[in-house]
Amino acid sequence: MTMQTTSHLLSFSIWVPVLAGLLVLATGGDRNAAMARAIALGGALCGFFVTIPLYTGFNLQTVGMQFVELTPWIAHFNVNYHLGVDGISVLFILLNSFITVLVVIAGWTVIESRVAQYFASFLFLSGIMNGVFAALDGVLFYVFFEATLIPMFIIIGVWGGPNRVYAALKFFLYTLLGSLLMLVALIYLYNKSGGSFAILDWHKLPLALPAQKLLFFAFLFAFSVKVPMWPVHTWLPDAHVEAPTGGSVVLAAIMLKLGAYGFIRFSLPILPDASRELAWFMIALSLVAVVYIGLVALVQADMKKLIAYSSISHMGFVTLGFFIFNAYGVEGALVQMISHGFISAAMFLCVGVMYDRMHSRQIADYGGVVNTMPKFAAFFMLFAMANCGLPATSGFVGEFMVIMGAMKANFWIAFAAATTLIFGAAYTLWMVKRVIFGAVANDHVARLTDLNGREFTVLAALAAAVLMMGIYPLPFTEVMHASVNDLLRHVALPKL
Amino acid sequence: MTQVNTALPDFLPALPEIFLLVMACAVMIADLFVKSERRTASYLLAQFTLVGCASLTLLVMIGTQGALMVTFSGLFVADMMSHLLKLAAYIAFSTALVYSRQYLLDRGLMKGEFLTLLLFALLGMMVLMSANSFVTVYMGLELLSLCLYAMVALNRDSAASTEAAMKYFVLGALASGLLLYGMSMIYGATGTLTITEVSKAIGSGTADKTILVFGLVFAVSGLAFKLGVAPFHMWIPDVYHGAPTAVTLVIGTGPKLAAFAMAMRLLVNGMLDLAADWQQMLAIMAVLSMAIGNVTAIAQTNLKRMLAYSTISHMGFLLLGLLSGVVGGNWFNAADAYSASMFYVLVYVLMSLGAFGMLLFLSRAGFECERLEDLKGLNRRSPWYAFIMLVLMFSLAGLPPTAGFFAKYAVLTATVAAGQAWLAVVAVLFSLIGAFFYLRIVKLMYFDEPDGSGAAVVSTDGPGEMRVLLSINGFALLALGLMPGPLLDLCMRAIKML
Repeated sequence: MTMQTTSHLLSFSIWVPVLAGLLVLATGGDRNAAMARAIALGGALCGFFVTIPLYTGFNLQTVGMQFVELTPWIAHFNVNYHLGVDGISVLFILLNSFITVLVVIAGWTVIESRVAQYFASFLFLSGIMNGVFAALDGVLFYVFFEATLIPMFIIIGVWGGPNRVYAALKFFLYTLLGSLLMLVALIYLYNKSGGSFAILDWHKLPLALPAQKLLFFAFLFAFSVKVPMWPVHTWLPDAHVEAPTGGSVVLAAIMLKLGAYGFIRFSLPILPDASRELAWFMIALSLVAVVYIGLVALVQADMKKLIAYSSISHMGFVTLGFFIFNAYGVEGALVQMISHGFISAAMFLCVGVMYDRMHSRQIADYGGVVNTMPKFAAFFMLFAMANCGLPATSGFVGEFMVIMGAMKANFWIAFAAATTLIFGAAYTLWMVKRVIFGAVANDHVARLTDLNGREFTVLAALAAAVLMMGIYPLPFTEVMHASVNDLLRHVALPKL
Repeated sequence: MTQVNTALPDFLPALPEIFLLVMACAVMIADLFVKSERRTASYLLAQFTLVGCASLTLLVMIGTQGALMVTFSGLFVADMMSHLLKLAAYIAFSTALVYSRQYLLDRGLMKGEFLTLLLFALLGMMVLMSANSFVTVYMGLELLSLCLYAMVALNRDSAASTEAAMKYFVLGALASGLLLYGMSMIYGATGTLTITEVSKAIGSGTADKTILVFGLVFAVSGLAFKLGVAPFHMWIPDVYHGAPTAVTLVIGTGPKLAAFAMAMRLLVNGMLDLAADWQQMLAIMAVLSMAIGNVTAIAQTNLKRMLAYSTISHMGFLLLGLLSGVVGGNWFNAADAYSASMFYVLVYVLMSLGAFGMLLFLSRAGFECERLEDLKGLNRRSPWYAFIMLVLMFSLAGLPPTAGFFAKYAVLTATVAAGQAWLAVVAVLFSLIGAFFYLRIVKLMYFDEPDGSGAAVVSTDGPGEMRVLLSINGFALLALGLMPGPLLDLCMRAIKML
């Protein structure tokens, strides 16, 4: 294991956004909104720039943790401030910091009340989520994992739609239920390992199968709610529909990944035997998500709801990829997570662009948008195609790899998973047809104005990411290689 | 550990108590000569008394390095735990005085009686914390309780207050009776009233187990009443609701520290060999309290009642730590579990101070901030205090990064280590239910618009010292959530020296 000289890059990636958030809050009320926006943008950009060396300085050869930081935090419980990234987690920190910049820009003029609090919430959230991806200590992970709920709760509840209170409470309590059971599991592992909270120590901890299974379900509760997997997904459409655009973007692009990341950091390596034993169960749940939720998406009348269901269906691919235990599957799942981060963010931003002008998310209220917003229509079309997995977009790479992996495992699993290529195309393109094409549906659509510079920048950045990842995915996959192979070797070994 | 047994009473360990007694009498007399309605002189004298007590306690603690000292023929003990709890009690009551002053002035309740009773209640608590004999326990408890009964009825023209006081008094007297009865049984079985001697007598196995357990049941019932855990919780909502908020603040903070000390002295110091018997009782009471507290709190529309039920659930959680100490005669987990409970009670007092302090802060002459709707849209009016309240609520709900999380976490760790993982699961499930009503407060403050009534229209420019202290209170919870280590270590030291 090579450890680089102690750098504080990960700490910076966590605390720069948090500090920027505090600064933004300090600007006070809406009188200083302009200053709040400027500081927020500056903070988000700084937060993104400090994460770039994580990628450029990343050692592709090693499987160990890099950029490690280790300081005692609470000696009483042997809890450490232990950070580090490997090929699995590093990309999510970059993705998160990148999306935060876009969210700040996207909310620039849209948010007019409590501006400072809005931007501060997103900056806090960004720092906290970087913490989740970087934490190598169980309690530290838990603290960050739970702390994400608070800003998101506020974001949905304060700037959300008419039914925001219900959605915010549902979101909070649902996720809290899952994570509380995980807390008990963490404490159990702490006792079992003789007083260690180091996640990497737990990877080596021998555990009997019954204990592994119990722990597996405790973690499953926490992570499946977050992913979300069928049947605990019902909070997501509500949360998405009510959340402001920025909230939906962060929720879909990053927050859902926290759950999937949890599987690959905790469930698979700590409980490999239970994972293999219960793989059929996980695969079944994933396939239900892929197929059934895909069908549910088909009948949605609300665009945000449709994309929310599409997210659940795509995340089904991720969990499917994890539990077929081969390199294609796991890597494909990770690629899918990142790609979905770009695409879902872009889709929600597109809906946000239309909502800001029309104050409606109903598909029926639109039609013929291409006539009044040609630039926007082009972007929307691109992201829609990426969402259904068109080759040369990032959506294709992940899905293709997972289906390949599934094919290696079992033909019928691959067959069921591949139906998404049909359903995904059906619900996405049908929506595009009804919203974008055709004759101008009504006066409101006729009065639409095309993208402004700010919106164009945001969508162009995402379009570039989606295309680059689709055409040349190597910069993304090469980072994962070593870590994924190591993980698979580890999972194959029984540790009873 | 040095055991200093003196033939003549050694007054040193009891120095803070003696000082407090003298000063409480001085405040009582001095107040007769204070003419001003604001009673600034008496108020300052009371604050000075608390500072003096704190200095003396610190002096004794540092001078003796927290060594165990027994004096007054074994009636009184001073150790690290009692020092720490006393210091916490001074801080709690001093803060309570700052928080409640304006409220009491607005209602014409700022009388000398309030200050004197508060100081005497503190004296009772201190005696209880340092009790090493059933006699001292009872003495401290009665001194504390009688002062509290009177304080609840401070606003004598209010029917609700008088009713609450009456209820408190009758039920409290019954609980004292139960406790006394239990103690007399234990005395009958062991032949001694000194707690350490009782422990030896039980350990030697000569005492009659039937009588002992019989006595234990009564003693635990009395204790449960004072802690306010189900099924002895009935008085809590009525008293919290009926008493003036300033008095609720006093009842909801310091006395919990004393009740914790009493549980430690009676159960852990005195009857550890009967642990298997009292742990079962505590487990049932803990589950009941968490269930009743958290579920009933949801149905409340009055903030004070809601916080009362929240108290019940928190005290249930506290019991989890107490019952996880010694498992089947095995001590490995004891220090962790008891110090977790101690940490929990300290953090709880801090949260409770803040929560009731906020209600006092938002109340004005002629307006009581006590309905849930009163908090509507507070973020609009005053983002700062809404944020403090948000921290308080998340801390009460036990969410990181606040102190409430680590308090719950420490107790849960002890519970799982004691092999009671199922209790831990029950506890987290009820915490989830509890999270709902704390979140509802956040929802009211942040998501709802002010509707022209309630605290949202009240100005938030209370007395300067109160605003500062309330902010410190909130941030202390955040700071403890980020750095719980030092306080945990202190609790650990205190428990290890028992």
